[in-house]
Amino acid sequence: MENNSKKSRRKFLDKGLKIGIASAIGGVALSKLSTSLKANAEEGSGETMELMTTDGTIIQVDSSEVVEMGHRHGMDYNVREGIPNRKFVMVVDLAKCKNALKCQSACNKAHYITGDNAWMKVYKMQESEDTAPYWMPTTCQHCDKPACVTVCPVDATFKRKDGLVLIDNDRCIGCRFCMAACPYSTRVFNWGDPGQEVTLNLDMTGVEPTPEYAGMPSLKGTVDKCDFCPHMVKEGELPHCVTACPNGVFYFGDKYEDTVTNGEETVRLSKLLEEKAGYRLLESLGTEPSVYYLPPVDRLVDFEDGMEHFTEFQSVEKPVKE
Amino acid sequence: MKNHDVIVQDLAPRKFGRLGAVWIGLLLLLIIIGIIAYVDQLVKGQVVTNMRDYALWGIYISNFVFFVATSFVGSVTVAILRLTNNAWRTPLVRIAEIITVACIAMAGITIMIDMARPDRLLNLFIHARLQSPITWDVIIIPTFLVISLLLLYFPLLPDFAILQKYYSKTKPKLSKWYGKLSLKWTGNAAQKEIQTKSIRVIAVLIILAGILLQTIDAWLFSTTYRTGWDSTNFAPYFISGAFVAGVGALVTVIYVVRRARKLEAYITEYHFDKMGKLLALACLIYLYFNINEYLIPAFTAKKGEEVHLATLFTGHYAPLFWFVTIAGLVLPIIVLLFKKGRKPLPMFFIGMIVVIASWWKRYIIITPTLLEPFLPIQGVPESWHSYFPSMHEWAITVATLAMALLIITLLVRYLPAVPIQRTADEQNLSATLQSSES
Repeated sequence: MENNSKKSRRKFLDKGLKIGIASAIGGVALSKLSTSLKANAEEGSGETMELMTTDGTIIQVDSSEVVEMGHRHGMDYNVREGIPNRKFVMVVDLAKCKNALKCQSACNKAHYITGDNAWMKVYKMQESEDTAPYWMPTTCQHCDKPACVTVCPVDATFKRKDGLVLIDNDRCIGCRFCMAACPYSTRVFNWGDPGQEVTLNLDMTGVEPTPEYAGMPSLKGTVDKCDFCPHMVKEGELPHCVTACPNGVFYFGDKYEDTVTNGEETVRLSKLLEEKAGYRLLESLGTEPSVYYLPPVDRLVDFEDGMEHFTEFQSVEKPVKE
Repeated sequence: MKNHDVIVQDLAPRKFGRLGAVWIGLLLLLIIIGIIAYVDQLVKGQVVTNMRDYALWGIYISNFVFFVATSFVGSVTVAILRLTNNAWRTPLVRIAEIITVACIAMAGITIMIDMARPDRLLNLFIHARLQSPITWDVIIIPTFLVISLLLLYFPLLPDFAILQKYYSKTKPKLSKWYGKLSLKWTGNAAQKEIQTKSIRVIAVLIILAGILLQTIDAWLFSTTYRTGWDSTNFAPYFISGAFVAGVGALVTVIYVVRRARKLEAYITEYHFDKMGKLLALACLIYLYFNINEYLIPAFTAKKGEEVHLATLFTGHYAPLFWFVTIAGLVLPIIVLLFKKGRKPLPMFFIGMIVVIASWWKRYIIITPTLLEPFLPIQGVPESWHSYFPSMHEWAITVATLAMALLIITLLVRYLPAVPIQRTADEQNLSATLQSSES
């Protein structure tokens, strides 16, 4: 019974979401239409403008109807609270990873990483001499009990209800206590000027940078780390590492919906974790990460193939000096 | 029994000789170099240090911990010896109070040097979060500074009154300052009662604040998961370490002041003997906690602990580790066991070694742990796998040490390094065999 209701609830949520989005768009269109009809009935300037709709057809609109709209960035929500009723999780299937490092270069590019330490790493791991080596990509674990957030003296790094751990680098005082506290060594520091001029120039939207804005420039003397790409997530897209991976290693999704996807297949989170014996890194510390790992069993690729891309002392490609 | 006037003349602050001027000049030079380095760090960022994402704290933090530890001397020698009625403390307490003030002030400055965004200092108050150990530090350091200033100031009141009179003819300007600082002290019964009561309250407060300060300082590290820091032993370990560092610093400074001001008649071999025993006690307690900290983890030898201990015992940090353990801890205990080892000169050398070892001890506590994270260090430049301070860090750190020494020097210059009134009182008392609260 309970199972049933859960399933139907999921179905409802799934459908509801789609219907919701459709009706929202429809609603906006309807209200627009009605106001324009009203306006047409009441008065019209007589002049018309040709505009292109989103599907590419040209329409004519009375020029008095054309109103400048503010930039919309997906949904609006409190940046410190997070997207309502979501709980983002990631699953990393170690069986598929062959250290292609596409995730890392995509992440570096999308976040304009200029330092020497990438936000995401693919570690060369081997538990002990007799056990198999494997490749282990890591992101920020977005812990539910984040040690970094506990020790931050100024609430610069914070935990959102949707699971994300983010950094307000306008508030960070650069004490690096969060870096000392993080057992996953995921945090990086801007020791000098990050030199991201490109980023600043690209930001033409006029929107104030927030901690979750991808183009948010890194600041000298503050901490950075993997942010689970909230700028993509709120547009309904997947984080850069997920889409960049040619092997479908990363699954991203919502724990409440019990669904994760790697862009190709969408699967039940609970089923995936159960069938493939998922686990989390350093579970014994009690940090409750939001990132799950699937053990590197039945691998289709040879570990050695990954050695081709392995660079012990580099994770951020440096631009070739001219 | 000495004449009162002779005591005042002996103990009143006086101008430095040429050597003193050279000393101050040297300190100022070091401070200026440090300030230049710091300004450069402000402009370029902490990229000028050799700290990086793994060795994310360096000597700024270990130097900070050293200052905090050394400031414990006020709680130990002044307050505890007062509350336990150890009369031999009299000629030593003023210098202990001075060291305390200098060290805690410098601790506050040093921790700000480590902050990469000192321009956002106010965020610590505007956005303060109580669960962060740093916020506890923000509360306790100023508190301790205020209490240690009071601990220095209150016993000084009678001395200021004496100095006002003493300098009224020869240096009227200086005399006026001492007069203002003496808060119209006349030495009547009512004033004495308030003063005695206040000092007793401050003495209790500084013990509490001192223990809290050392504890919070330890918690900065033991509230993390890091191997070598994640220890329930850490707070008492730090307190006992502070005991050693503080008394070591006291012995060293007292020896120098005694020589420079020719106070052999006031700070006698008897006092060094007593301090020697106190230092030996401190070292023994600290040794006990060191055994807890290093040998018990070796027993179960969890993987991380094993690697950590190996780098200390036989690895990269072995020379430093054995220096701070043997020279800074075992050797003093052995030397101080002998009466000859507690004579002023050997005590001076022991004190010096203890202070130097105490400084490096903090380095040993902080650096190796940071370079042994849970996940392997990969994908970062090879230089990030190790840490040794850069020239900027050395220049700035030496400048903070010089600043502490300058504060001590200036306070010794303008304040009586040995309490005048109490010395006079005690000399009278011992003659008439009376006892009273002091």
